[in-house]
Parts: sequence; structure tokens; C-alpha cells
Amino acid sequence: MQRDVIAPLVIAALVALAPFAGQTDYFIHILVQILLWGFIYTAWSLMGRFGLVSLGHGAFMGIGAYVTVLLWNFFELTPWIGMPIAVAAAVALAAIVGWPCVRLRIVGHYFALVTLALTAVVALSIVGLRDITGGSLGLTPNREAAGTSIYAFQFASKTVFLYVALVLWLIGLFVWRAVDRGMGRYALQAISSDEDASASVGINVGVEKIRIILLSAGLTALGGAVFGQYQMYINPETVSGIGVSLQIVFAVVAGGMFVQLGPTVGAAFTLILAETLRILIGNEYHAADTTIYGLMLVLFIIFMPKGILGAVFAGLERAKAKAA
Amino acid sequence: MDTIFDIYLLEAIVNGVLLGGVLGLLALGLNLVFGVIDVVWICYAELVMLGMYTVYFLHVVYGVPVLLACLGAVVVVGVLGALLHYLVIRPVLQSEPINQLLVTGGVLFFLQSFATLVFGIEFRNLGLKLPILNFGEMYFSYARVLAFLVALAGMVGLYLFLTRTFLGTAIRAIAQDREIMPLMGVDSRKLYLVTSGIGGGLAGLAACLLVLQYDVHPAIGLTFGPITFMICVLGGLGNMIGGFVAAFIISQFISIGGFFFHIEWGYVIAFAFFILTMFIRPQGLFGK
Repeated sequence: MQRDVIAPLVIAALVALAPFAGQTDYFIHILVQILLWGFIYTAWSLMGRFGLVSLGHGAFMGIGAYVTVLLWNFFELTPWIGMPIAVAAAVALAAIVGWPCVRLRIVGHYFALVTLALTAVVALSIVGLRDITGGSLGLTPNREAAGTSIYAFQFASKTVFLYVALVLWLIGLFVWRAVDRGMGRYALQAISSDEDASASVGINVGVEKIRIILLSAGLTALGGAVFGQYQMYINPETVSGIGVSLQIVFAVVAGGMFVQLGPTVGAAFTLILAETLRILIGNEYHAADTTIYGLMLVLFIIFMPKGILGAVFAGLERAKAKAA
Repeated sequence: MDTIFDIYLLEAIVNGVLLGGVLGLLALGLNLVFGVIDVVWICYAELVMLGMYTVYFLHVVYGVPVLLACLGAVVVVGVLGALLHYLVIRPVLQSEPINQLLVTGGVLFFLQSFATLVFGIEFRNLGLKLPILNFGEMYFSYARVLAFLVALAGMVGLYLFLTRTFLGTAIRAIAQDREIMPLMGVDSRKLYLVTSGIGGGLAGLAACLLVLQYDVHPAIGLTFGPITFMICVLGGLGNMIGGFVAAFIISQFISIGGFFFHIEWGYVIAFAFFILTMFIRPQGLFGK
């Protein structure tokens, strides 16, 4: 067995045992957050690591969350069907915007800005459709009387969500592994350094790129849908919009986008940092955490562009090379 | 009934033109920096936000006259622009373009949170009551007309600086060829610093005009930032005339869209138009 199978399974086993060790709801809540965001960040890195830096994932996450909740509230459609529909909607949007980007070679800065505009369109549309979506005030899924209902994908216990999030997170890591070990990875790496040269050696540039974009968008929407069900409250600021898009990119940069567990480390790092600072400094100085976080991001990109985990692995490689 | 409807539409169009002036000025600084240094300041609108706070504090808290406070903001943000280049951009100048984009994104986070921490989240305004101008049955805010005129003056001023002065000529030269100019004995490091300072100064000037019309709060950058990038890209990144024209196109979408529907839809239409334009002319409307 390889490292990219063992490490996730060991971590998953430890997390799965957490509820039995008599942990508080707060601790479980932090774990769920890390796993859900870790999943979304992993989904982003699937394409981000190949130079496709998207600032549009807030749009996909928002669609995942909103479509699921809206279908439930208005048509009482169970999230078990609603979530796949939401994912399909996000994938369709990704195709509509992604395909022209791929064909017309909108890359680098331009790709980032087109996807940024996409986020703005989706977030502002959610606000604009306030009669349906509740606008900036947000939206709460209609609660089942019992509090817990598998049909409604609502669970009163955080522990249940811990396992849901855990499964989702593992799926994310194994999708990453499949991409990492597939032929597509070599193709995409070649494409990210030179599209013309890649095409000349027989790589179907368009197909390879759009595949990874659709995969990444779909998984992000799924993450957004589950996140909405967990929080039982969504608003355009927390699940969509430019803030979310930037949050995704920066957490991934902090953790390291080129290694399998990097995005998860980014999620854990940013959430634990925020919580620690919140407890240390207290609530009256809000934004202290993001101030330090922003400063660290700048330092990271200047001094540690591979992220925390990337830097750790690079350090280990160097140590090994020295020893040998 | 019909004539009144038309008057309001005309008012929306003229307001769009006035808004275009401010947006054009916003885009100018960003375009200058991109054209010369080839770096996109994602945090540009946050510099504008700090400029707005500078005017607010100088004028309201310390009682400095408005004009001096505005001058102060231009200087402060100009220095911030130079500092941003010196501390943040210079270390990553040789790394991948996307890292340069992300590093200024980190600065965005930092400045926005820092402003929240220091200034709090309340909306602040100058409390100036500027007269409202009316032509026939149309009403325009004096602040907007003033902003439009100053923006035009700023644009002309920058144009004269770039074409008529030695420093300006050197800046244009380095924008055309980054490799050759240092061989000609031009100190590109110094020029980049000066350009960043001027870019910051333009952001400061835009801040003075915005603070006359809008309340300042820490998240205001997110309102103007994305639209400013769209304008720069639409006009062809680095193309200052193109950016100026694009500002008027975008502002018309916002203004007229907001007239017929709710204001968000004006923005939605503007952003959608941007995405479509990128598909039709990826180099921007006026790019080479």
C-alpha cells in the first residue's frame, strides 16, 4: 500500500474514534468544519495545481448549497435527489463558462478574472432573487419536526455529520489520488507549462482541461450542498461570493496545493488559527484573526510558495538526500 | 407619462456617464501599474478604502479642511503603493505570475481585516452636504459631477506626465520592453517604485472622489474591486485609453440595468457582459 492510501485511512480512523473519546460538541464541530472545507479545498486543488487558478469556486459552492435547499423548501424534494441536481447544475455552469475559456485559451490572470466575474454574477443573482432566496438575509432549510431525518438529510447530532463529512473527505482524497496517478496528470502538467507543445505531442488539450474543471466544480458543489445541510443556514456571503472564492484559494496556498493532504492541512491551519485567536483575543476584536491570516498568506507566498505541507515534504526530501 | 419616463432614463444615462468618470479614474492607476510592472494588484480597491479613511479621519476627526485632507489621502496612498511594491511585489517579481496575483490577494485580506480591527465595521461618512444640481427635470448630485471633472483632469494629467516629462517617457519605455531598458542604463527598480507610487496616488485621488458620494466601511473594496478589474481587462490590461472607454461602457450597464431592474441586476449584466466579451475578444475590446 502506498502513502497516499495509508495516510488518509489512518487519519480517518483517528477522526472516526473521536466521538468515543468523550469529545465535546465544540470539538466535533471543528472537526466537521475541517473535513468539509478540506474536501472543498481538495476539489479546488484538483485544477488549481495545474495552473488553472479559479476564483469562481464560490459560484459552484453557492449553487450546490442553494439549489439543494431551494428544491427542498419549495418542492420538498429530498436532498438525496436535490444534491445530484445541484451538482449537475454547477457542472453545467462550469461547462458553459469553462469550455469557451478552454477553447479561447483564456489562461493565467485572465482565467482568474473571468472566474471572478462568474462568482460575482452568481452571488449577486442570489441577492437579486430575494423573493425566492431570501437575498442577503440568507435561507434556512425547512426543518423536519423530529430534528433528525435521513430523508431530509437533517441530523440533530453533530456526530452523524462527522461521519458524513469524513466519507466525503475520503472521497475527495481518493479522487485526488486517481487524478494524481492517472495519465491525465502528465497531460495537464504538460499543458500548464506549454499548450502548443502539448498539443503537438498528441495531447487533447481541450478535453483534458475541461474534464478537470468539471470534476472540480462538481465536487465543490457537492461540498457546498452538504455544508448547507450541516449549517442549516446559508447566505450569499458564507457559501458564495468573492469572499468564499478567495478563502478557498488562500487556504489551499497556505496548506500546499501540490500534495494530497495539503488542502486539508490548509483547512485545519486556517480554522484552528481563527479559533485560537478568537479564544485568545476574545470576540470584541473581531477580524484580528483574518488580519494575522492575511499577513501570513503574504509571507507564505513570498517565502513558502509550496505551502506548509509542501515545505515540510521538500525539507524531508532534502534531509534524505543529505543522508544518502 | 411617457416623457417623464424618458427624463428618468436620460437621468440614469447621464448618471452612468458621471459614474464612468470615477470608475475610469479607478481603472487608471491599476492599468498604469499593470502596463509598466506587469503585476495585477488585487488589493487595489483596498488601497482606495484606506484613502477614504484618510480623508475621513483628517477631515472629521482632526478638522483638516477637505481639500487638504484629500491631498493628504493622495500622498498617504501614494506612499502605501510604493511600500506595497517595495515590501510585497519586489520579492515575488521573478516568480510565477499567479503567485504575484495571490500575494496581493493576501494583502487584500490583511488590509480589509486590519481596517475592520482598527476602524470597526460601522459606516462612516464625511457629513458634507453638497448641493444637488438640476437641469430641467433631471437631478444630479454635485459630488458626482465634481468627481467626473476631477477624474477627467486626472486622466489628462497622467497623459501629460507620461508624454511630456523625462520620467514619464522612461516609464513608457520600460512598459514597452522590460529587458532592453535596463541595458540602456535605466534603473528599472527605481522606475517601478515611482510607478507604484503614482498608481497609489491615483487610487488616493479616486478615494477622495468616492468618499464624497459613499459611506466608507472596511468591505467597500469588495464593491469596487471586481468592477475595476473587469474594466481594466475589458479595455485591454495596460491600455489606459481602452480602460477609460470601458469604464463608460460598464457604468452604462450598471446605471441603465439598475434603472430598469434592481441595482444588483445592473452589476449582474455588467459582469455577464464582461464574461461574454472575454469569449469574443479575449485580449479586451481595445487590446492589440
